[in-house]
Amino acid sequence: MRPINVTITKMIDESPSTKTFFFDRSFESAIPGQFVMVWIRGVDEIPMTLSYTNAITVQKVGDATSALFELKEGDSLGIRGPIGNGFTLPQKDEKVLLIAGGVGAAPLAPLAEHVANSGTWSNVTTILGARSYNELIFANRFFMTGEIHVTTDDGTQGRRGFVTDVLNDIDILEYDKIYTCGPEIMMARVFEILHKADAHTRAEFSLHRYFKCAIGVCGACCMDPHGLRVCKDGPVFNGELLVDTEFGKYKRGGSGIRGRV
Amino acid sequence: MVTLTGLKLKNPTILAAGIMGTTGASLVRMAKKGVGAVVTKSIGPEPKEGHHNPSMVQLECGFLNAMGLPNPSYKAFLQELEFAKKETSVPVIASIFGGDADDFLKVADGLSPAKPDAFELNVSCPHAQGYGAMIGSDPYVVEEITRAVCDSVDVPVWVKLTPNVTDIASIGEAAERGGADAVVAINTVRAMAIDIATGYPILGNRFGGLSGEAIKPIAVKCVYDLYAALDIPIIGVGGVSKWQDAIEMMMAGASAVQVGSAVFDGIGVFGSIADGIDNYLDKNGHVTIEDIIGLAHEVI
Repeated sequence: MRPINVTITKMIDESPSTKTFFFDRSFESAIPGQFVMVWIRGVDEIPMTLSYTNAITVQKVGDATSALFELKEGDSLGIRGPIGNGFTLPQKDEKVLLIAGGVGAAPLAPLAEHVANSGTWSNVTTILGARSYNELIFANRFFMTGEIHVTTDDGTQGRRGFVTDVLNDIDILEYDKIYTCGPEIMMARVFEILHKADAHTRAEFSLHRYFKCAIGVCGACCMDPHGLRVCKDGPVFNGELLVDTEFGKYKRGGSGIRGRV
Repeated sequence: MVTLTGLKLKNPTILAAGIMGTTGASLVRMAKKGVGAVVTKSIGPEPKEGHHNPSMVQLECGFLNAMGLPNPSYKAFLQELEFAKKETSVPVIASIFGGDADDFLKVADGLSPAKPDAFELNVSCPHAQGYGAMIGSDPYVVEEITRAVCDSVDVPVWVKLTPNVTDIASIGEAAERGGADAVVAINTVRAMAIDIATGYPILGNRFGGLSGEAIKPIAVKCVYDLYAALDIPIIGVGGVSKWQDAIEMMMAGASAVQVGSAVFDGIGVFGSIADGIDNYLDKNGHVTIEDIIGLAHEVI
């Protein structure tokens, strides 16, 4: 598909380094966890998960996101998508645990709302972590959909520490479905805890790798050792597929050279 | 079983360069999916990030791409190639590129410890300054590079040709004179797409190469012309997505086919093409694919 043209209708500052960009186009068929390729014309095209059916939430981390932050309401973007496999939606009455770190809250907030709107109020529990209180993303959206545990690295809000500290304290096996998105180091720690509890097979992880084609052809985002494509076979993977893989250990950049996660 | 430049392939379908070929693991995954042989991503002397995205888009008639030869360099790719060689028994062909014969030699020598089953020389990428088709449209340069690599390595050498020339047969002849064991035709066709909402060229590199369905008739003609001009085998590539395409390519003169963009439809495409070729041969009373290679030249 060619990129379709969307116009930015509204921008909201979510944190000092994170903004939500709303478009004049809603992707109603998108499943939480799917992503779109966002073309900042003349600069680059980058993958972003949808944080609403008509918005992306972006952290300023590099050239492309910096260019995106320069745009104003009324400016346009090219969008391809939704692409890839989203989260496996829970069955009715299943207990759901969400573990979000930083801007990793972006695909989990719409999932929380989906579950809350289709199931019972009390079924979603969220562990939301960030470096500091002003980096917490979508705390209110999670609060509105169920129970929330907040952690900050510096203790400025909620519990001082990491999402894994909360995870270590709760009864993991109480939850039927676990979903996580955040920095890979965080997800790798979550994976370790779930694996130890033999709960990794009920967990799904939203992964990030450098995408080139984004349509499952070029192989740039393949993971070791099974050659799974993050863009097409993911970006959401069941924990079972991540056992003894590169996940949490290394990732390849644009040239294919391995680097730290 | 097919024998191609001395290599034994369980079927005549080959994973094309630049497709699922950046890592050893993805090559192994494809090998398990019924591929006769796999070709790696094109590897060069230095790490390259490639062009900015968008680097590949699906168009109405095919796929447009300008990756920009991203690769980790032969030094970092060695471990990927070793993994692929260790984990699969299908032939693994190393695609290599460079700016001149010395570059090609450096990369070929650098990858040789991993024992690739053959080398494919990329003198045909249509959108990388100073590489690929920039050198592949000059028959003297193609001959020189081919000869240099052939003299240096002890495995078969395939040369992948660009269709973006006036006379592809003269480039094929240059490769043959240089000692190539086979030619591969064709690389992508120079192309461009423009976003009509804004006028921006869609690809980060502005222009690139077209693959997929739209270029199959171009590939068939190139293979047909090469078959008439050369004695070495021709590997047909360009728009092959089903067994009928493979048969057509073989009738034009291809001894085997490579498949690239069709991986978009599913990575199981190779097995279904190979099965379709077998069924076709059975139904039509042919014993081997040799019976149909170049048939279009004989019937008239």
